[in-house]
Amino acid sequence: MDLTYTPKQDAFRREAREWLAAHVPKQKLASMDTGEGFAQHRVWERTLNEGRWAMVPWPVEYGGRGADLIEWLIFEEEYYRAQAPGRVNQNGIFLLGPTLMEFGTPAQKARYLPRMACGDEIWAQGWSEPNAGSDMAAIRASARLDGDHYVLNGQKTWCSRAAFADWIFGIFRTDPASERHRGLTFILVPLNAPGVRVRPVPQLDGETGFAEVFFDDVRVPAENRLGEEGQGWKVAMATAGFERGLMLRSPARFQATARRLIALYRREKAAADPVLRDAVVRAWMDAEAYALNTYWTASRLIAGGTIGAEASLNKIFWSEMDVRMHETALGLLGPHAELTADAPANADRDGWLDGFLFSLAGPIYAGTNEIQRNVIAERLLRLPRD
Amino acid sequence: MQFSFSDEQRTLQTSMRTFLEHECTPHQVRALWESDTGRSKERWSRLAEMGLLGVLVPERQGGLGMDEIDLVLLLEETGRAALPEPVLDTAAVGVPLLAGLEGSSLADGWLRRVPAGDAILAVGHRANAFVADAHVADLLLMQHDDELHAVPRPRVHVERQACNDPSRRLFSVKWSPASDTRVARGVEAKRLLAGALDRGALGAAAQLLGVGQQLVDLAVRYATQREQFGRPIGSFQAVKHMLANVAVRLEFARPVVYRAAFSVARDVATRAVDVSHAKVAAAEAAAQAARVALQVHGAMGYTCEVDLHIWMKRAWALRLAWGSTPWHRERVARAVLDGIDDD
Repeated sequence: MDLTYTPKQDAFRREAREWLAAHVPKQKLASMDTGEGFAQHRVWERTLNEGRWAMVPWPVEYGGRGADLIEWLIFEEEYYRAQAPGRVNQNGIFLLGPTLMEFGTPAQKARYLPRMACGDEIWAQGWSEPNAGSDMAAIRASARLDGDHYVLNGQKTWCSRAAFADWIFGIFRTDPASERHRGLTFILVPLNAPGVRVRPVPQLDGETGFAEVFFDDVRVPAENRLGEEGQGWKVAMATAGFERGLMLRSPARFQATARRLIALYRREKAAADPVLRDAVVRAWMDAEAYALNTYWTASRLIAGGTIGAEASLNKIFWSEMDVRMHETALGLLGPHAELTADAPANADRDGWLDGFLFSLAGPIYAGTNEIQRNVIAERLLRLPRD
Repeated sequence: MQFSFSDEQRTLQTSMRTFLEHECTPHQVRALWESDTGRSKERWSRLAEMGLLGVLVPERQGGLGMDEIDLVLLLEETGRAALPEPVLDTAAVGVPLLAGLEGSSLADGWLRRVPAGDAILAVGHRANAFVADAHVADLLLMQHDDELHAVPRPRVHVERQACNDPSRRLFSVKWSPASDTRVARGVEAKRLLAGALDRGALGAAAQLLGVGQQLVDLAVRYATQREQFGRPIGSFQAVKHMLANVAVRLEFARPVVYRAAFSVARDVATRAVDVSHAKVAAAEAAAQAARVALQVHGAMGYTCEVDLHIWMKRAWALRLAWGSTPWHRERVARAVLDGIDDD
């Protein structure tokens, strides 16, 4: 055990810090869930890619640096320390990207990964349907093979980023006689294909972070299939694992939130309810624990270990921590907590209200926390199935 | 950056677990409740043979010359087995206190006796209201304001304080500080006592991890066997989700405790905060494990006939040992929120 960084890791951190200091936009970008903000965030992704910082763990040929997991965590720490913009292509770079590395053909990797890294193609996700939420195996949207094309029909919903994205990935039923998780296939679809209709849906914060997507005889080439036909569930579970696990919610994000919370506490503590002191220190400890757990897991993975159902432990921890931290912040803001950003009297310059609303999605998306608890109980604790 | 234990450290942990599964069964734990001292001299000797007591004793004094990173997994196993012997105060706290008295022939003599199992140490520190295992100690290391005293057993008077955990032996200790018992004063004593507090809290945290894991394991086993409504109760989501919540807490407490072991072993600048964080995380996880394990066992868990209470009561005892949860949380808060370094 050695919890100090090597000179190489220190040098990597310095390089990232210096580049970010020179390139992070001085002016905060508009929300990525508005047309204007989405475009600004796409420009930022290009800038990152030009510095070869878009996805440091990826191989050099796809725009990465071949960094290991520890370097990835260091980069993320610096990224959040620099208060750099959110990653508008997170569905692509954090979820589909790793899935392509695992299941994609060489041609698919070459086709999709570089354009993903530079932000030319921004991805939405298409898992859920109106009747397939927690019960994702109830999927009905279909894909019928017609010559060298699939013909897609049906509806996906809660498709994050779909309002402005270029592509969507999702699973479709290719075998009409199949049931549950069999007979599904993972397919990549351009959102400008004829027959695709996108209906943006306003979220709790009023912005259109997700959308419904309708498919009406949409033709996509068969080569847009990721993995084998009928193996879509397996591919999707790998993607979901990345979503719950290490990549999407790196600890630096929550450590940055904890630091901002401490700053807010110092500003407001004279007027604050004393119980909030414990809540603030708990937030700091939780963020620290999450970081330590991530380093612990990363060390295990570097040594050849794997992560499976353990990702469900992660997902519950970070999503509930995020809600608690934002609730604490709203408590500290007192009567100002209900004011939106444009209210003249709003003393909250950190967007805690928007952060709070966003945090509430955490225990729901990527598999609700109740589903995660079932996974933990049955697959880690080995309790009997229902 | 490599946050993992070596194969050798894991092997030692496994041997300790196997040893305690045979030498510290619930039946054996219960048997000692009725005995005079509540402690087993035979088992103490075998723990010495296993090397546990001398992990932190320097090699020149017959120990293994290892550090807290090596010790933390072994202490976790003593918690898992609910071992009643005074391993924590002797091997994890008392030994480094003596080893810190450089050039002291008294310390050298006692240190040589510990690895062989020939000396039990008790520690009277301001963090604890009472002294654990004073009745079987050969030497008591006692805080007296800003002084540290080494007091042989014949020079103290002990009064037992009955405890909720029948394995626990706590005492009020009466003694008279004298110039011939004083072994450190001023800055040196302060440094030693601060180290003792952090080692005690780290050790208790490690034991709490083991206790918490055992409670979850017992509850899972029971929920798998016990049937109601024609099916195992562990198949009900209400039961599953309670246990999953504990699994999350334990999973995220573990690396915090292991990091604290590193911080103590290397005496890093954030040692005090890291240790306090570990104590809070482990105590809260173990307390939740106790609460949930009891609920899963239902009325069976409310009896003394089922073994569950051995670990529940240990969890409640250890969360008070070497600084309570509120005390440690406030120590983190002072450092992190107020920027005050207590040491």
